[in-house]
Amino acid sequence: MSATVSERLNARASLRAGRDVGASHFDRLEPLLARISKPIQYVGGEVNSVVKDWEDASVRWALMYPDAYEVGAPNQGVQILYEVLNGREDVLAERTYAVWPDLEELMREHGVPQFTVDGHRAVGDFDVLGLSFATELGYTNMLNALDLAGIPVHAADRVGDEPLVIAGGHAAFNPEPIADFLDAAVLGDGEEAVLLITGIIAEWKRQGRPGGREELLLRLARTGSIYVPHFYDVQYLPDGRIQRVAPNRSDVPWRVSKHTLMDLDEWSYPKAPLVPLAETVHERMSVEIFRGCTRGCRFCQAGMITRPVRERSITGVAEIVEGGLKATGFEEVGLLSLSSADHSEIADIARNLADRYEDSQTSLSLPSTRVDAFNVDLANELSRNGRRSGLTFAPEGGSERMRRVINKQVTEEDLIRTVTTAYAAGWRHVKLYFMCGLPTETDDDVLQIASMAKEVIKAGREASGRRDIKCTVSIGGFVPKPHTPFQWASQLDHESTDARLAKLKDAIRSDREYGKAIGLRYHDGKPGIVEGLLSRGDRRVGRVIEHAWRAGARFDGWSEHFSFDRWMECAQSALTDEGVDVDWFTTRQRDRTEVLPWEHLDSGLDSDWLWDDWQDALEEIAVDDCRWTPCFDCGVCDQMDTHIQVGPTGVTELPMPGIGVPSCAAPLATTKHSEAMQSEATRSTTTQDAPKTNGG
Amino acid sequence: MGNRRPPDRDVAPVVQRVRIRYARRGRLRFSSHRDFQRALERGIRRAGLPIAFSAGFSPHPKISYANSAPTGAASEAEYAEIGLTAAWDPEDVRAALDSALPPGLDVVDAVEAHTSDFAQRLEASHWRIELVDVELPVAQAARDAFWAADRIEVQRMAKSGLRTFDAREPVAHLQVDPASPAPCVILHSVVRHVTVTVRPDDVLAALRRVADLEPPVPPRVTRLAQGPLDEATCTVGDPFAPDRRG
Repeated sequence: MSATVSERLNARASLRAGRDVGASHFDRLEPLLARISKPIQYVGGEVNSVVKDWEDASVRWALMYPDAYEVGAPNQGVQILYEVLNGREDVLAERTYAVWPDLEELMREHGVPQFTVDGHRAVGDFDVLGLSFATELGYTNMLNALDLAGIPVHAADRVGDEPLVIAGGHAAFNPEPIADFLDAAVLGDGEEAVLLITGIIAEWKRQGRPGGREELLLRLARTGSIYVPHFYDVQYLPDGRIQRVAPNRSDVPWRVSKHTLMDLDEWSYPKAPLVPLAETVHERMSVEIFRGCTRGCRFCQAGMITRPVRERSITGVAEIVEGGLKATGFEEVGLLSLSSADHSEIADIARNLADRYEDSQTSLSLPSTRVDAFNVDLANELSRNGRRSGLTFAPEGGSERMRRVINKQVTEEDLIRTVTTAYAAGWRHVKLYFMCGLPTETDDDVLQIASMAKEVIKAGREASGRRDIKCTVSIGGFVPKPHTPFQWASQLDHESTDARLAKLKDAIRSDREYGKAIGLRYHDGKPGIVEGLLSRGDRRVGRVIEHAWRAGARFDGWSEHFSFDRWMECAQSALTDEGVDVDWFTTRQRDRTEVLPWEHLDSGLDSDWLWDDWQDALEEIAVDDCRWTPCFDCGVCDQMDTHIQVGPTGVTELPMPGIGVPSCAAPLATTKHSEAMQSEATRSTTTQDAPKTNGG
Repeated sequence: MGNRRPPDRDVAPVVQRVRIRYARRGRLRFSSHRDFQRALERGIRRAGLPIAFSAGFSPHPKISYANSAPTGAASEAEYAEIGLTAAWDPEDVRAALDSALPPGLDVVDAVEAHTSDFAQRLEASHWRIELVDVELPVAQAARDAFWAADRIEVQRMAKSGLRTFDAREPVAHLQVDPASPAPCVILHSVVRHVTVTVRPDDVLAALRRVADLEPPVPPRVTRLAQGPLDEATCTVGDPFAPDRRG
């Protein structure tokens, strides 16, 4: 590849094409839009989007979800931060997404910079580029966006007034593989963190930028809750393991801790969610009903790093739903969390919302993967009038033994009882989620998925008296993640994963009685290896990412763009002199004494507890949920001075206001341009949109 | 137990049908017809219009759409009809919808439907085509070559595959605006709606075919009107006229 944009001198200035900083580039983009697919995703103008005057803001954020608009636009984390930041009078926030290769090529040809969809401003003009990483597979898209923006991809080459490049989201709990490209990373909830950063930047700018970029980074690092990789050095042992990660100056802390928002009801966001014009992956309004999870599934990074559980109250949930529906006109509301059926007031929430919106053509959904009859009751309640098509359960492990290893406490009996209830209540289609490649797993553990699915169909036919019922088995490859008890585990190599899945497929297909009623969905094991490399990698993996991006890697989460061979070739060339390779990062089991790349980043989890839980896993010992049983000393509450925050609040009935949508009320004489009507938000998340199990 | 029937909910009947004319302007000309459908349905909910729904397990709002302009073309004359369960002043419907939709999707006119043959009334479209960096005499010569031809076959990729059709016959009128502001040339074209709709793109393809007219920048296209065609004057009339007479 020839010199990329950012390697040319004054790249940002030349991309600006003589316009003012903060000016719109839409007139230059517009002719290109006629020549590409799905141009609507790049034009902005969504209901509830905001464009502020550039000059009125003292701190300006470009927020990026590093994937295509159709995936990024519905993301809750970005939407919440967008509202929180724009709710401040002197702060401006706009959104940017990864551009598809057809537009990228034209932008490079015509010198059009990476732009925001709101004001079509050049990303390089902003104070901060904040990226929300739900998955590591967005790393190459970050490099591409930086390059298209004319921002040097290496943080060390950013010595002027380039935007601070800051990562958040779940993947940022191990930002080491992208440490060379980042100015900073934020762990945990983003609402307060973005305002903390905003305040520090505003102060520094007001003072006339004393000490330049270095001083600003230092002020961020000194908070103890913003990680600035530049101030930390990594030393390695001769065998390739890390010797230590230590600050390279005395005035920054040894460890950086995560942010935890304690009262969700004080942060009722999003109040006015965006309504994309383009079709997106989630055509609905989402409400986060609680954050955190204490079920203790050992594979689940989200559950581990978002502790403790903090619930939104029934009234808080109802307010957001009501306000959001009015502001958006969405037809569906999703009540999201990592395990929505576990909310202490969920039965009342479901019943009340179902009553409220019964006649309004509004559907409610509750993504929950719990395997019990209560979950079916909830689903029944939420689909009183609608079609009962599919219901999802997640046993995660195929055998009883496997489920003890991963701490997913479900028996086959539970599952059969649950699906029987579901089929009897009129559900036609049950979806089951499992993982393949779990620690200690054997072929037999995976083959038991087939017998379980057959039992499900058998029970379903008996319960419903019909033969047209279906069961879909979806399988995700397990990828060990940082800050989980499985962070020391060996990842299964992709050849073994594929062989195991092939055996499972045979076991299902060969069954004459039930085979046709069972659908099987899975991906091959290769993408999981790259994800594993990026998840548990250290700073040396940064060079692999850069090589892969330079060799053309983009949109790695999309099978039609992902190239395993390219990644492996780039890993080989980038790691040649390091004495480590892809296997070393993925399929190698770590021992207790090894310094893990993320050990200086504090998720609150006590590493002795994590290790003990890992040992319990190997001995097939389960632990309970600390919401209902005494504390297991995972460390989070002690260390972070937080606590579990659950109801019930005592409120069981919500008033029935005249919120029926549609109504016959006289139309309001409102003026157009929704842009001005931003709610007076004050403060900000980086939660994931849908509950995501590991590796999904 | 297993056979759940659609609920016997009271489906409120349609008591009024309102036809709206809307414009797709500026950057929102890049919205597709499906994008607009979703936006309108949500706009109706935000505006609180008493929209009627079909019966059954998955009720649909009662909205029907007339032929929509292609994605990327702007339009001042798109049409839809909505069924309401309560009578509203059409102007209130227009204002409520217009303020609920984002700027660029603008509801510009509304009438209560008193007639049933609305779709048939949309006989032709008037298109404005703006060519950038094209010389006026070159455009004029291309127009003349187009006009002199009896038949100009063009091709377009359709869902069913590559289609070949005549782009000349349905064109009732094609004119170069002599007062076009340089470096632009503005073409006005009136096209009859026939089985295979001839779009501005097809007219441009025909101009390329007969006269090698090759604009360096993608042209900007706007539908100015849709409605009954006056064959004598080659003008497009107001399709709401019969409804306005009530």
